[in-house]
Amino acid sequence: MIPVIIIGLGVIMLAAAVAAIYFKSLLASIISAGVISLLASVIYLILGSPDVAMTEASIGSGLTTVIFLFALHRVRKGKSDD
Amino acid sequence: MIKNIAVLLAVAGLLMIFLPVISGFQERDNLNELAADYVDGSINDLGTPNVVTSVIVTYRGLDTLGEVTVLFLATVGVGLLLKGNREDMIKISPLELLETTSSVLVALIMVLGIYIFTHGHLTPGGGFQGGVVIASGFLLLMLSKVNAKISHSIMNFVESFSGVAYVGIGIAGIVLTIGFLNPGILPLGQFGDLFSAGAIPVIYSLIGLKVGSELTSILVTMRGE
Repeated sequence: MIPVIIIGLGVIMLAAAVAAIYFKSLLASIISAGVISLLASVIYLILGSPDVAMTEASIGSGLTTVIFLFALHRVRKGKSDD
Repeated sequence: MIKNIAVLLAVAGLLMIFLPVISGFQERDNLNELAADYVDGSINDLGTPNVVTSVIVTYRGLDTLGEVTVLFLATVGVGLLLKGNREDMIKISPLELLETTSSVLVALIMVLGIYIFTHGHLTPGGGFQGGVVIASGFLLLMLSKVNAKISHSIMNFVESFSGVAYVGIGIAGIVLTIGFLNPGILPLGQFGDLFSAGAIPVIYSLIGLKVGSELTSILVTMRGE
């Protein structure tokens, strides 16, 4: 059962990674990259390493996504000034 | 066309590198010598139920000091490059739901963060995770209360105080015990208690404060002051 779940999560992660490249909107790409980290943290939890799972969930899918969003907001604002 | 062939060749090369690793993989049914020593020492010498914490804080303590230093340099770099002016601030008017619930949630998130880093030696998690949770609490505050000012000087004070205290505890380890960052400067206490495992909870709490204040200042700088 556990290998099936892990393979399923891995397939979704791969799909999200490919989607992050091909999405037209940068916002969707950022969310998609956050989903990869969130699923990776679930896999770490299943494999029995809650410490790494907490780090991945909080830094990978939380803080990094927010910093990307802030950066995207700044880049867009700079563009509209031209 | 040439680009596609180059990509295919690169993927094939990676496959060639990883195939022997995957085919030769065998699941071990026992720990190797070093890991067994760490697990044994964590329980018997350090009195720490969470083996991961004892490795991060004690056995690989110098690496953790380096990691914290890298984070500090990243914070300084972001602050230097994005020295914000006030007109540049990102202002998103919050929904009423977010504004109302945040006043309750921020306090709960802070308490959770403090719980995570003070109980780093007993339960999963520790300084880094707790620090990020605290920073996310400050992020919620920034998103819900547009005019909330987070004082740079308090953040800088907490950050430098915890950094100096961390190195100070490390040096106290040289003077009082056998080596740098040795947690034996405080008594081991009862196994599994909050105040046990020597200086490990103190060190991890300082790391938690340091990481929390550093990440908060990164977020404040990114938002614009």
